[in-house]
Amino acid sequence: MNLQPHVIIDASYFAAAFLFIYGLKRMSSPVTARSGIVVAGVGMLVATLASFLYVFGIDEAARPHLTTNVALAAIALSIGTLWAWWSGKRVAMTAMPQMVALYNGMGGGAAAAIAAVELLRPGAAHPIVPLIVTIVGALIGAVSLAGSLIAWAKLDGRINGTWRVTGQQVINGTVFLATLCIGAYIVFGVHGHAHPGVVAAFFASALIFGVLMTMPIGGADMPVVISLYNAFTGLAVGFEGYVLQNPALMIAGMVVGSAGTLLTLLMAKAMNRSVSNVIFSNFGAAGDEAQGEIKGSMKPAEAGDAAINMRYASKVIIAPGYGLAVAQAQHKLYEFVKLLVEAGVEVKFAIHPVAGRMPGHMNVLLAEAGVPYDMIYDLEDINGEFKEADVAVVIGANDTVNPAARTNKSSPIYGMPILNVDQAKQVYVIKRGQGKGYSGVENELFYADNTAMVYGDAQKVMVAMIQAVKSLEGGH
Amino acid sequence: MDLTTTLTGFVALYIFMLAAFTGYEIIGRVPAILHTPLMSGSNFVHGIVVVGAMYALLNATSTVEQVIGFVGVLLGAGNAAGGYVVTERMLEMFKPSAKTGAKSNEQKN
Repeated sequence: MNLQPHVIIDASYFAAAFLFIYGLKRMSSPVTARSGIVVAGVGMLVATLASFLYVFGIDEAARPHLTTNVALAAIALSIGTLWAWWSGKRVAMTAMPQMVALYNGMGGGAAAAIAAVELLRPGAAHPIVPLIVTIVGALIGAVSLAGSLIAWAKLDGRINGTWRVTGQQVINGTVFLATLCIGAYIVFGVHGHAHPGVVAAFFASALIFGVLMTMPIGGADMPVVISLYNAFTGLAVGFEGYVLQNPALMIAGMVVGSAGTLLTLLMAKAMNRSVSNVIFSNFGAAGDEAQGEIKGSMKPAEAGDAAINMRYASKVIIAPGYGLAVAQAQHKLYEFVKLLVEAGVEVKFAIHPVAGRMPGHMNVLLAEAGVPYDMIYDLEDINGEFKEADVAVVIGANDTVNPAARTNKSSPIYGMPILNVDQAKQVYVIKRGQGKGYSGVENELFYADNTAMVYGDAQKVMVAMIQAVKSLEGGH
Repeated sequence: MDLTTTLTGFVALYIFMLAAFTGYEIIGRVPAILHTPLMSGSNFVHGIVVVGAMYALLNATSTVEQVIGFVGVLLGAGNAAGGYVVTERMLEMFKPSAKTGAKSNEQKN
């Protein structure tokens, strides 16, 4: 009689774990991806609804609060779901990375909250192993919460630039050590029966560390950081799942933890940097004085001339960057590309692994404009083809096409694989102004002999290009 | 309260190990084009933390526990719902590419 709710809960968690893994598996191919998220969503729904059955077996001590607690749970679920649903529906595709960072931070916060409740529960028995796991999960979750919020604020433009002080790493190390010491005290000093003030100090210290760790990380490294915190939250969820003896949390958390770690490594590799290098080095800081003078000058070109030149080319490769999406020009770009294709020009899109603000973000933005994915090529697949291209067009990209990454050892982006646009016969760079890229590095591509600069807002430039080609066809 | 299953010691380690390999294998062969939706999708999956937060809240005995549990459920629900909506929106755009009018007109020059 008393057993039945348990069986239902267990069975639904088993179903959820299966549906998550099966859903993720389906998400890993473009053909089945759409159904994958629906499958995983069903799993989430089943598990959440079944969790209300906990009311049949709660602790004696919690019984008097049962009505209040159930009401609170229903309210929290409704508010959280409605707010996230509403915000998720209206966020622009360009702002997707910071939204993912925000949701991810919330997950880390929830894991930390579970740990906090466990640590504050009076009179509970605390065996040593679950206690250590609770503390480690709490630390990771809190760091993920604070770090993700900073990442969100930075990508959303709420915090500008990077924040560095001398001795940053010493300060960070001290705070981290302090957090560990308080955690060790809670585990070994008082065996989990810590004063609430000590628990609060532990979480405060962990949150501060998360902030300090993320503040100095800037610009181009943000994608790696978001992915890293995604893995962190997964681990924290898995650990707290162990503490609660909840297999659904353990499995889902650990699957995400390892998948997120792998994704982080893949991204760091695409930038030719190690993860520790991303976190502990000051990207772009040393760039200014280390750079040599760049010879030559930038040559401006008219949008119309560039368009006509492309119309009569036989092969054009387009290297888009985040600036394209900021200018909301991807739809116009694809309209222009369709004109070129109709005129018999071979057009390909070349996507750098870290184009956009998240790996694969540029693919999403182009897909939004309706560009079919068989026109889109990864860096390794297309780099050999620039030599044969008549025209390469760079739109809103900068660091990902900077030849200094190949040649200039003192450049902060040295060693990062780039798109070899400079090998095309003619390069057009569509750019709003003469500013530097996201990493703050000068780009010698802009000064090259075969490069011409088309200044202007990307959307307006594309409109001008479309008109130029259309008037040409009309004149025939 | 404990669930009928107990996942301690090596049983827990086995689960963690197998789950870790599962995650690694699923992501390992994914084309770069799907990296963003997959990161978002895995972000959604760890939204299951809401279930743990519900357990904590339902067993809360003091106001402090209730407040923290409430925040936990709120955040967890946001993680799950937000992760789902965002992933679904992104994946919806990845339509299989039929002939996109590439050869709509033979140009006669």
